[in-house]
Amino acid sequence: MIINRLKHLLGAGMTLVGTLVLWAVPASVQAEWGLNLQRPVTEIARVQYDLHMLIMYIVTVIGIIVFAIMFYSIIKFRKSKGAQAAKFSHSTKAEVIWTVIPTLILIVMAVPSTKALLLMEDTTESDMVVKVTGYQWGWHYDYMEEDVSFFSKLATPQSQITGTETKGENYLLEVDNHLVLPVGQKVRILLTARDVIHAWWVPQLGGKKDAIPGFINEMWVRADETGTFRGQCAELCGKDHGFMPIVVDIVDEGQYQAWLDGQRNNG
Amino acid sequence: MTTTVADHHHDEVPKGITRWLFTTNHKDIGTLYLWFSFIMFLVGGAMALVIRAELFQPGLQVVDPHFYNQMVTVHALIMIFGAIMPGFVGFANWMIPMMIGAPDMALPRMNNWSFWLLPFATSLLILSLFVPGGGPAAGWTIYPPLSVQGGMGVDLTIFTIHILGMSSILGAINIIATIMNMRAPGMTLMKMPLFIWTWVITAFLLIAAMPVLAGAVTMLLTDRHFGTAFFDPAGGGDPVMFQHIFWFFGHPEVYILILPAFGIISQVIPTFSRKPLFGYTSMVFATAGIAFLSFIVWAHHMYTVGMPLSGELFFMYSTMLIAIPTGVKIFNWMATMWRGSLTFETPMLYAIATVALFTVGGLTGLMMAITPADFQYHDTYFIVAHFHYVIFCGSVLGMFSGVYYWLPKWTGHMYDETLGKWHFWLTIIAFNVTFFPQHFLGFAGMPRRIPDYSLQFAEFNVISSIGGFVLGFSQLILLVVVIKAIRGGKKASAEVWENPEGLEWTVPSPAPYHTFATAPEVK
Repeated sequence: MIINRLKHLLGAGMTLVGTLVLWAVPASVQAEWGLNLQRPVTEIARVQYDLHMLIMYIVTVIGIIVFAIMFYSIIKFRKSKGAQAAKFSHSTKAEVIWTVIPTLILIVMAVPSTKALLLMEDTTESDMVVKVTGYQWGWHYDYMEEDVSFFSKLATPQSQITGTETKGENYLLEVDNHLVLPVGQKVRILLTARDVIHAWWVPQLGGKKDAIPGFINEMWVRADETGTFRGQCAELCGKDHGFMPIVVDIVDEGQYQAWLDGQRNNG
Repeated sequence: MTTTVADHHHDEVPKGITRWLFTTNHKDIGTLYLWFSFIMFLVGGAMALVIRAELFQPGLQVVDPHFYNQMVTVHALIMIFGAIMPGFVGFANWMIPMMIGAPDMALPRMNNWSFWLLPFATSLLILSLFVPGGGPAAGWTIYPPLSVQGGMGVDLTIFTIHILGMSSILGAINIIATIMNMRAPGMTLMKMPLFIWTWVITAFLLIAAMPVLAGAVTMLLTDRHFGTAFFDPAGGGDPVMFQHIFWFFGHPEVYILILPAFGIISQVIPTFSRKPLFGYTSMVFATAGIAFLSFIVWAHHMYTVGMPLSGELFFMYSTMLIAIPTGVKIFNWMATMWRGSLTFETPMLYAIATVALFTVGGLTGLMMAITPADFQYHDTYFIVAHFHYVIFCGSVLGMFSGVYYWLPKWTGHMYDETLGKWHFWLTIIAFNVTFFPQHFLGFAGMPRRIPDYSLQFAEFNVISSIGGFVLGFSQLILLVVVIKAIRGGKKASAEVWENPEGLEWTVPSPAPYHTFATAPEVK
């Protein structure tokens, strides 16, 4: 298995401008290897993904041009091949060109980026609110309109971490109580922390946001499909920073209501 | 320009340990800085190997998470403040007087002091690993409230930063005073070698940025011990304010780490292209432009803290602007090589690698400037890959280029070219094996600063760790090269290379203890 994967890697080639790998390797292999951003399941994550691909294509092309010119110079203008040095030391025309063209490229990049940001920051007209509180080392979720709240901590046993037991499929990405959200609803997520700064991040649902003591940050999520999505704390928060995962179950409306009822009965 | 009889009279080198303790000679102090930097490079590198050993496989095998966090923190602090910054000050000490035709630095006694502060400062930092509670473990950015939780190791770190900051400011004052006042007759500002230009701009950045860091860590200290609440929300403070102050220092800091390297390769590339530097004037203005922009982009390190939309837009646009002057520099170096007559001695190999791989880091930097996408990249291994491409491939490879370029001038002997090439190829290949896969780890969602990871990240981490160990041990080759060149080898001529530009090539190799007692004339 690993040998096969290594072969794949060597086959893809560790090119110098390696984002090329993303072009050369089919999407299925990318998913298996984790070469690219995780498959987006919300509008925000999709916008981020598309923007990421657009910018990466642009910088890859720039990178290839720069490398091509450099390697051309290295091969063509060798003293050992009898190259004679020219004497020029400036060219206003060239300098204007390579100031103006990058400026234009930056403007092309800035337009979709600004649009994406406007979308992400629009937390209005949400269907429901969940408050997320980070603490050392786990998360607390509070469904503010539903009178449901609970803690969520790492469920991977210590024996798997120290290696006395075989590591499970979702090693370090499993928790005791999942966050459950309804599909298709705009969920406004409020973030804060009890002790130090944490960051709540489920890559497939969109970007991360810091959970900061004394502050309320906000973000929103509207999942397009049901499923289980996993993430981690992304801000160094002390000894067990690497051991505070996030698991979100996206379920349909009926299941969500049933789950809420179950939670209330437990409480 | 010629060595006079009077020069020889003064050219008696003091003997014994007091030569190094009490020296006011710019070459001796430069040597001290460079050795100190190299030792710190190995110490910081050893810590990086602890990190890579722990990350070799999923699970906890080598260290506990708290010690892992200390390694992450101290590795960065040592590399930034102990290896790279002093390394460049070493180059400044050796080369600035010789490149501008001055007999020494303007403030030689202060020069001695600014060096001798360093070993004490970094000793405090390393000692912190052995006090109760261990060393700093909140990352080199020491964000509160986490850094307020730490033990006395954090206090030792704060004092380390104070002393290092003092050393840097003294060094910067000295460099500015030297460059402004001691240039040889005829060397106008726009005739200064680019290395001098980049260093004078760096020195201004240091004077502007280091006191800001000192202020931030002092507030941290009073929060920890004297009941203030600058960063404690329970007392009306603001933890995000620390991040703003820190990065107002921190972003200029990254240019402090890179600009002198740009200066070095701007000396090296023309020499081995046998062609003058392309676009000297635009290089100077691009450097100044980068320095200016460095003060208005700081919050791109903190897109996820919950800034207002207008703030996120401002910092995105200003950050994207940096691509323009940086691009100008890259294109100018390429144009210098264009239609040149290239040879590929080790300094040139390193200079080319600096341009090429720094470009990779610069382009990933542009990706991260895009705020919406950075919400995915932020605090992942993509960031780790990015800043090693810019700091290792920019600053450190630039420094290697400079070491090989001027080593014959310093020691009077040619270095071993075969070993130099081994060092180059092992470093470049191992570097890319170590850090290129980290781009993918970051994309796939591996957060930085974690001692253990889920199974989908296993393969790339194995590759990265193997690369890391090769990279680390390859650096010992440089030690061998330098020691061999000090002990002997082929005698170097005054010019060393083929018609290199610059006053440093008009003095014999090795450079006499005192140079330019009489100022040379620059036409």
